[in-house]
Amino acid sequence: MVMETTPQFFKRGPSSLTRLVFFVLLSLILMAVDTHFKYLHEIRQTIAVVIYPVQKLAFVTTTIYDLVTEFSVSRNLADENARLKQQHLFDSGQLQQLLALRAENEHLRKLLKTTLRNKNKAIMAEIVSVPRDPFNRKIMLDKGIQSGIQTGQVVVDDLGVVGQITRTYPWLSEVTLVTDKNHSVPVQVVRNGLRSIASGTGKYRTLELRYMANNIDIQNGDLLVTSGIDGVYPSGLPVALVSKIKRNNAAHAFAHITCTPIAGVDRNKQVLILSLQLPSSENPTKSIDIQPNDKRRGEIGVR
Amino acid sequence: MFVNHSEQEILRPAKGWFIIFSLMVALLLNLLSLQGIVLTLRPDFVALVLLYWSINQPQQIGMSAAFGMGLLMDVGNSSMLGQHALAYSVMIFLALLMYQRLRIFGLLEQAPQIGLILLAAQFITLLTELLNRTHFPGWYFFLASITGMLLWPLISFLLKMPHDPKHDPNVL
Repeated sequence: MVMETTPQFFKRGPSSLTRLVFFVLLSLILMAVDTHFKYLHEIRQTIAVVIYPVQKLAFVTTTIYDLVTEFSVSRNLADENARLKQQHLFDSGQLQQLLALRAENEHLRKLLKTTLRNKNKAIMAEIVSVPRDPFNRKIMLDKGIQSGIQTGQVVVDDLGVVGQITRTYPWLSEVTLVTDKNHSVPVQVVRNGLRSIASGTGKYRTLELRYMANNIDIQNGDLLVTSGIDGVYPSGLPVALVSKIKRNNAAHAFAHITCTPIAGVDRNKQVLILSLQLPSSENPTKSIDIQPNDKRRGEIGVR
Repeated sequence: MFVNHSEQEILRPAKGWFIIFSLMVALLLNLLSLQGIVLTLRPDFVALVLLYWSINQPQQIGMSAAFGMGLLMDVGNSSMLGQHALAYSVMIFLALLMYQRLRIFGLLEQAPQIGLILLAAQFITLLTELLNRTHFPGWYFFLASITGMLLWPLISFLLKMPHDPKHDPNVL
């Protein structure tokens, strides 16, 4: 044992500088491939399976810690119970109305022969981890492929949209939050039905509406809900509140509109994963049919 | 100075399983879901443990192990594949350049130099993120290196115990 660890004078591997250059190049290539192509899926899946026990253990540890702290502050439990009972009563009252409205809506839509709105199935999941650096607006949930989770599903909490499933592992799934810089949600202002796209900025609890004209009718405190025209997010889910509007008149053509997301992953541990059977599954074939027409129209436009 | 050095040489080689176990515990600590100020202040435990082993057992933990642990962190943290791997490889390269000098110092004197190495690693992470067009997160981002530096004496003391002749478990 001791002989193995004593430095060997003659038999040596490549020098540490050579190793450094090798590893730096390798990781740069990995990063480039990972950001621009999707070839590394299998490698990621394999590593995810390897570290799953550690992640699970970390999750169990935090759960136990939460339980203990909850137990130690059980003085508030009675208050919380009373509050929740009241909330439940209120919610079930509204739910009864909803059932009646849904039946009515279905009936009216049948009369109008339009596509039926889809009933959402929801799976509850718990947040396993939030990233440890400020760059990443992603979280991990404790349900994965084994529970039937697919990429593209929408994640909500009790107040509004949290994000969208972007990667699935056998027992975990990764959610990109609406605040991620590569994420956008089509939204609608509740007050006047104005449509826009809320894009993530990568900053903590900040969204923005890009390319909106300076004179647009939008006010501080306006509620933005999903418009549902992307076919990913069902319509009517609250997304954000408009928090700051800067109309720079001469300097820029567009207003600078900042919003604060309504849902928050730092408040509760449970979220819902909505699974939708979208009526738009036939769309791809349709769009292929339309393509030649579009091209012709484009050519005419160029002339 | 010389006394310290020879004292370090007497250390029995760490068992392979203990190194792997310590790295897994560090990974667990890194993957704990925390919030708020604790999340900001949390040091990179994997980086600290890797640094300890590369300074004290450079024959067992080198850049390849650092690269591998980096890949595990990348997937666990759902960041770009290769980001932590790059930071850890460069960090261990710096540690291997300095390990003979670092061993001469006591744990408290080592801490500032470890802090600098951790800062270098964080700087590389920041650079890769900025190249990927992310905004600058603010200076508090570097606080993690400072807590890492403050925790260094404690962590190296804990990791040294099992293979320190002064704390021989058989004597107990």
